[in-house]
Amino acid sequence: MSYETDFLLGLYRRMVLIRKFEERVKYLFLEGIMPGTIHQCQGQEAAEVGVCWALEEGDVITSTHRPHGHALARGLGVQEVMDELFGKVTGCCKGKGGSMHMGDLAKGMVPAVAIVGGGVPIATGVALAFKMKKQPNVAVCFMGDGAANEGAFHEGVNMGAIWDLPVVYVVENNLYGASTSVDLVYKTKTISERSSAYGIPGLTIDGNDVLKVYETAREVIERARTGGGPTLLELKTYRITGHSRRDPALYQPEEEKAQALADEPIGRFRKCLLDLSVATGEKLDEIDAEVDRQIEIAVEGAQAGTDPRPEDALEDLFVE
Amino acid sequence: MKKLSIAEALRECIRGEMRRDERVFCIGEDIAIPGGWGGAFTVTLGLEEEFADRMVNTPIAESGLTGAALGAAMMGLRPIADVQYSDFLFCAMDQMANQVAKMRYMSGGKLTVPLVMRAPVGVTGRGSQHAQNMETFFLPLPGVKIVCPATAYDAVGLLRSAVRCDDPVMIFEHKLLYGSKGARVESGSVDASSEIPDEDYTVPIGKAIVRREGADVTIVGTLLMMHRALYAAEILAAEGISAEVIDPRTLVPFDFETLRASVAKTGRIVIAEESPKRSGIGAEIAATIAEEMLEHLLAPMKRVAAPNTPAPFSPLMEKFYVPDAARIAQAAREAVSF
Repeated sequence: MSYETDFLLGLYRRMVLIRKFEERVKYLFLEGIMPGTIHQCQGQEAAEVGVCWALEEGDVITSTHRPHGHALARGLGVQEVMDELFGKVTGCCKGKGGSMHMGDLAKGMVPAVAIVGGGVPIATGVALAFKMKKQPNVAVCFMGDGAANEGAFHEGVNMGAIWDLPVVYVVENNLYGASTSVDLVYKTKTISERSSAYGIPGLTIDGNDVLKVYETAREVIERARTGGGPTLLELKTYRITGHSRRDPALYQPEEEKAQALADEPIGRFRKCLLDLSVATGEKLDEIDAEVDRQIEIAVEGAQAGTDPRPEDALEDLFVE
Repeated sequence: MKKLSIAEALRECIRGEMRRDERVFCIGEDIAIPGGWGGAFTVTLGLEEEFADRMVNTPIAESGLTGAALGAAMMGLRPIADVQYSDFLFCAMDQMANQVAKMRYMSGGKLTVPLVMRAPVGVTGRGSQHAQNMETFFLPLPGVKIVCPATAYDAVGLLRSAVRCDDPVMIFEHKLLYGSKGARVESGSVDASSEIPDEDYTVPIGKAIVRREGADVTIVGTLLMMHRALYAAEILAAEGISAEVIDPRTLVPFDFETLRASVAKTGRIVIAEESPKRSGIGAEIAATIAEEMLEHLLAPMKRVAAPNTPAPFSPLMEKFYVPDAARIAQAAREAVSF
């Protein structure tokens, strides 16, 4: 497939945005400047951006306790995501959600569900609504390798399958459910082969190849959109940071970590862009610097942002 | 006007709501099978004939169907979900408690969840896993409203309010009050049928009703206990004790104003519930009265409830377990003679 330069640079920029956002937030957190907790996705940018780039207006994603990358890939603003992390009233959830509940349904992302697997039936329900309303949209359910062992996965995927719903179930397999290796919790070699239990197609691909992810996502999303039902899409990737804020990830063997760093998606894509002369190193560095500035502006904006009143805690429970 | 049982009235009400608003749909197990049962207690019987594409018959997957109802509700549909026995809500607890109840709040009020979840409660000789009054488990959960209709009139009025409300509403119905017919007749049933007006009416969520006026003691009871409280009031009347019976109809938000007016009048209160006593409905009502209306009390508050055990099977033990009119009347006598 051939792509416009702008398209490719757009992919690059968004992956860099996620990486630099996560790195900046990591230190804000460790320095005690930012409250709460964080679960980050460095290393998984290609999986998240590649899939989201294949979505259309009106499509909806569900996400997990590790949602910052999904939010930025789906198109939530850097400022509103940063504001939410700082608990500001201008956050995407008005400071009510925090790190693990990023999202804005109006922008195509259900506030993230932090219960592992909890989003799977919800994505199925979103797709059910699309089908019942005869709306040509697709729900994409992001989850990790941990979620595919939860009962909710079984129930949600099965219902998506039996009703041929316009939903795609995406498993970002970063080889660890929290600190537990997939080898300890799966007898099968892949997660996607579980798809046969539900009578739907399953695929496992290199989740760190952003163009491969994009092309595959387009195909399975179109299948869902045109009545072909769900696919279980497994994206092999790696988390080059801890499970959560203070995790030094000592359970990841050193050689494995070193290999993952060498294989990480942004470096690979950068090399690909240079090799194909899509951009020069200077151009890519320029994009990197612009993103750095964009993030600094967001950090300053968040720190200077408007706090909620404490009693705002009593609002937004019921409509009436 | 037509006299209908709760099951019949709910069926016609659901039909009416689906005719009125094409966004309303039903989702549950065994609810739409031709030649089937219409759910566990006949409520949806035959609705698939008129609404084939809006009766979503699910696998046995309570967590899945609850999450699916949530997803659909967020996208603008108005699901009436149900479980066959309220005990099965435990299977859906994560979706109900962590997702349905919290989603709007976590979004900063930016989305709505117009979801209804119906569940049958009550001890009926089926053993302890088909016996709980699960409304007690959802009392402490911020983010859901809870209604308990004890008559066909209220079942219709509250279901309409629930469907039209943009917030999650749980409707707990009682197995012995449905008036189900044929193969689904329940032994021990109580007649809860009502004249149902033809016109579109609603019963507001959050409003209790005084079922019987009295001066000497207030008895509060929902669902089956409301009916047994009325029998108890008859027993007491013959002894010269005038009991006022209040049917809360809604547990969350609870109508403490109606309760306060009654407690101010009688000074004595008995709270009857089918759930085990510990942390039940009575606990919340009694604590609130103690905090806010203590000056009206002339006697200690009485709670009549099941013991803190699962529900037993044997009919002799079941009779011991579930509060009856005699026990409610006895508690009232003790309150009055304090």
